[in-house]
Amino acid sequence: MKKHKSYKGILFIVPSFVGVLVFWLVPYMDVIRRSFFSAVTGEFTGIKNYETIFKNQAFLLAGANTLRFFGICIPILVLLSLTIAVLLTRQKKYMQGLKTMFLLPMAIPVVSVVLLWRLLFHSHGLLNHLLDILSVSSIDWMNTGASFYVLVVSYLWRNLGYDIVLWVAGITSIPEVLYEAARVDGAGEWKCFTSITLPNLLPSLFTIVVLSLLNGFKVFREAYLVAGDYPQEKMYLLQHLFNNWYRDLAVDKMSAAAVVTGTVILILILGLQRAWVKEDKI
Amino acid sequence: MKKIWIIFLGILAAVVVFPILFLIVGSFMGKNELTGLIQPVLDTNARGYASWKLIPEYPTLRSYVELLLDSLEFFVMFWNSVKLTGGILMGQFLVGVPAAWGFAKFEFPGRKFLFTVYIAMMMMPFQVMMLSNYLVLDSLSLLDTLSGIILPAIFSTFPVFIMYRFFAGIPEAVLGAARLDGAGELRLFFQIALPLGSPGIISAMVLGFLEYWNMIEQPMAFLKTKELWPLSLYLSNITMEKAGVSFAASVIVLLPALLVFMAGQDYLEQGIIASAMKE
Repeated sequence: MKKHKSYKGILFIVPSFVGVLVFWLVPYMDVIRRSFFSAVTGEFTGIKNYETIFKNQAFLLAGANTLRFFGICIPILVLLSLTIAVLLTRQKKYMQGLKTMFLLPMAIPVVSVVLLWRLLFHSHGLLNHLLDILSVSSIDWMNTGASFYVLVVSYLWRNLGYDIVLWVAGITSIPEVLYEAARVDGAGEWKCFTSITLPNLLPSLFTIVVLSLLNGFKVFREAYLVAGDYPQEKMYLLQHLFNNWYRDLAVDKMSAAAVVTGTVILILILGLQRAWVKEDKI
Repeated sequence: MKKIWIIFLGILAAVVVFPILFLIVGSFMGKNELTGLIQPVLDTNARGYASWKLIPEYPTLRSYVELLLDSLEFFVMFWNSVKLTGGILMGQFLVGVPAAWGFAKFEFPGRKFLFTVYIAMMMMPFQVMMLSNYLVLDSLSLLDTLSGIILPAIFSTFPVFIMYRFFAGIPEAVLGAARLDGAGELRLFFQIALPLGSPGIISAMVLGFLEYWNMIEQPMAFLKTKELWPLSLYLSNITMEKAGVSFAASVIVLLPALLVFMAGQDYLEQGIIASAMKE
């Protein structure tokens, strides 16, 4: 049955859309406009603001760190959560309980873990204690490049459960018949995994990657609460930079950087949409 | 073989849950015990490493008592968090539920385009929207007010998307039959959409609660007055010197989120799954 054709639907959307316009869309359009003007004189300056930020050391550092963060974290998170999800779906008895445990960090406010993170990653802290017991030399987590891994750990810990839930949903939606047929043909477990599970999960992969990416921007919270406004260089993310520019009200730089970041994300979404379309054809 | 995997998963899950245990244990420790354990972190000249225990030697409620008696600030911030989270969720319910219904069950020109705009907005992280957020709050004189944090969040498009997924699953035939019986659109909304779509609404609210109880970027940027700060910014008061109170505070911030998580876990999972479904 087809959807109801009626303009009445618009009435349901109007209150929401007015708010979206006022609080999100129109101001963002304004930011796009501002990115082409000088913040001081109000003159049209073309792409000058963009040139400025791409020459700006802090922007390049924050951008590079953010990209590096995603480049390292997302593959680890996606593979680790897939592995756990596959193992979980075979342990029907323990699945629900274990899933709850993996999902729990999602509910823990960042402010609650600050204390632990500080105790854990302090140079005389718990993690180094553990390394010491294992006879590994200690690491100065907060003041060297190792600070980057504080972010990685925070991110993996918080998002593992989210991705596991998504993978488990994907795996359980694969019809059992496929496996039965393959087993009749003599396929082993590994064969079943590579030729049934993986191909059927491919569509989930794209969405999981994008959601992991979006959740990744929130790792700033941990970074900020653990290390403050000016963290160790490797921990310096785009949000730190935006905060610093915000403090100086550097509208021109902020607007250009907001447009650049927004565009990069939009390109990713379009890539994802294309993946969705492809999946429909199969 | 199977046993090994269960043990592996069990250990991993235990590591993941460890922080909660850690906080709870710490909050019940006495001052001396706690200071003794974390001495190497407190004192820069100390040697050795901080250590931890699984059970406090002499469990005590002193840290909680101290926090509740001494710290008026904590109550103010707790209350601010409640106001922020409550205000946002209530607003999202009032505005978002009808919008999701409109997108899910009606066909009108521009629907697809509008919905794409909603999805694009939902994907934008705070840093992209920070300046635009500031500009609009400034022009409406909402900077440094709780409403300035609540209003933009009410119009977040993410809950609309989640609820849309659930509404879309309601069979058209149910609606068609009701329309033939002469039911108006408002009646359909209240008598079919709300009851049948309630899992979606709850999912969106659970996800929303966990998000806004943990809100950091927006209040940090837009609230100058410390008396307006939510608990998620209590950080400046969390110090190693007053570790006991800090532990108690951490646990109290955690509790509401933990309760919502426990009560709404099924909905949370459904919500997460809905967030990944294609349009």
